[in-house]
Amino acid sequence: MFGRKSGSGKRFQHNTAGYLFISPWLIGFLLLTLWPILQSLYLSFTEYSLLDSPVWVGTDNYSTITTSDRLFVKSLVVTFTFVLFAVPIKLLFSLLVAMLLNKNVKGMSIYRTLIYFPSLIGGSIAVAALWRNMFGLEGYINHILSWFGIQGIGWIANPDTALGTLILLNAWQFGSTMVIFLAGLKQIPKDLYESASVDGAGAFRKFYNITLPMLSPVMFFNLVLGIINAFQMFTSAFVITNGGPANSTYMYVLFLYEKAFRQYQMGYASALAWILLLIIGVFTLINFTVSKYWVHYEAEGGKSR
Amino acid sequence: MMTEKQSSWKNHLLLIPFSLLMIYPVIWWIGASLKSQTELSLPTLWPDKFMWENYTNGWTYSSQYTFAKFFGNTLVMEFWNVLGGVLTAALVGYGFGRLNFRFRNFWFSVLLMTLMLPSQVTIVPQYILYTKLGLTDSYIPLILPHFFGGGAFFIFLVVQFIRGIPRELDEAAQIDGASVYGIFFRIIGPLIKPALYTVGIFTFLWSWDDFFAQLLYLSSVEKFTVGLGLRMFIDQFEVQWGQLLAMSLLSVVPSAIIFFLAQKHFVEGIATTGIKG
Repeated sequence: MFGRKSGSGKRFQHNTAGYLFISPWLIGFLLLTLWPILQSLYLSFTEYSLLDSPVWVGTDNYSTITTSDRLFVKSLVVTFTFVLFAVPIKLLFSLLVAMLLNKNVKGMSIYRTLIYFPSLIGGSIAVAALWRNMFGLEGYINHILSWFGIQGIGWIANPDTALGTLILLNAWQFGSTMVIFLAGLKQIPKDLYESASVDGAGAFRKFYNITLPMLSPVMFFNLVLGIINAFQMFTSAFVITNGGPANSTYMYVLFLYEKAFRQYQMGYASALAWILLLIIGVFTLINFTVSKYWVHYEAEGGKSR
Repeated sequence: MMTEKQSSWKNHLLLIPFSLLMIYPVIWWIGASLKSQTELSLPTLWPDKFMWENYTNGWTYSSQYTFAKFFGNTLVMEFWNVLGGVLTAALVGYGFGRLNFRFRNFWFSVLLMTLMLPSQVTIVPQYILYTKLGLTDSYIPLILPHFFGGGAFFIFLVVQFIRGIPRELDEAAQIDGASVYGIFFRIIGPLIKPALYTVGIFTFLWSWDDFFAQLLYLSSVEKFTVGLGLRMFIDQFEVQWGQLLAMSLLSVVPSAIIFFLAQKHFVEGIATTGIKG
């Protein structure tokens, strides 16, 4: 995925110019990323409320979190459930839509616009407000259901369904994932399909033997970033449900936000952030390890060279 | 060949209902923004009586400032964000994409790793830093990262794009006596414009939606962005849905305009920059 062409080795070195050009990023990385990371690691072993100086408490934060904080466990369960459902649903959905949009049909740009548009506005607070209204007890969804004689419930007020509505909202915002799939589909050489047709392969076999393997690097990219993003879900949980009802949508980042910026427990929140980093790191590592078995890269010397 | 026409029909049969399904909530939204509180719970798409007041009252909802102020604030912030994002992506992208310097590969893998770093790990110390510098309740914490490579994804995008440009162009310019700076300004700069459009568009869209940072750093109403303005409706005990939906709808208009003006850059930009590498 992060393919890199090897340099010839004999090329001139431009040390000064090189560092000059990357200096904006490098300065930003050192001051706004690396330094905060280290500080956050330090803070996670302290108690700090912004007013007094940090007090070293050793691993107290971590042991409190893992042994006696029930909200931590709850938010972890909610977040894992969200990731478990939201990521595959979104991936599958975006792949299907991308395949639909990859066809050569008249007026495709209109379809593409209509289908992409919701994702464009997707992450914003505006859509969160819309969603909250639509899935309310008196909301739009229940009226549609009533046409079919189904008695709706307050989807957002009900602890059993609230998380489901957030998962659905997440799937509705499939746009950027879909666009990446679409770009991947367009890169698959047409002659592969043609020769498969000559060999008498049906649509399903073509999908299974050509599309899926050829698309696996893109799938991998979307999967890795999808999981990372899903773990960090915040806006919709904050605006639509605010973690409720009965903490059924109490996402991990919401928990972290409240600890840090409502209760000003900066040390505790930093420990939470490091646990999140660890979880995401483990998932990403597993992803990269497992990828060897299913991600298919074109042989070296493909057209990218 | 024979089935081509038939399958085209099948595609339309699939595409029409599906795209309607996707866009339907947006259409309902437009109708709902014109409804009165009582009509909102009816299943009709359009109201019997059009409540244009939703827009006028919503616009002046906050007694201190109108939404004109919030839109103005957001657009000023966006101007700097886009400028910073595009400039940094171009410069850093060229550095990584073309120049050969010591530890380049090391730094580039660091850059790729920051792509996967959850922002929560840095947000607490960053907040502390900005508080100590007295920069909270200003746009600086929101704008500054864009000038310092905050959009690692965009840098990656530009690097991929630059790698697709034939090196012969640089080499020819080099023979003509151009320096690495000259090559950047005269050759690479103009050629990466399509990628930079993509960077600019996405910087605009994503920072418009970056509710978390705005919520964190802006506290006085005078400095509110549109997103924070919308939140004022939600915080109320009894939510004025009609006004909220009306203002929400207005809040996505800038993104929609950008989208329609720059539509082809969306797919093209991502396709040509080739996520696959």
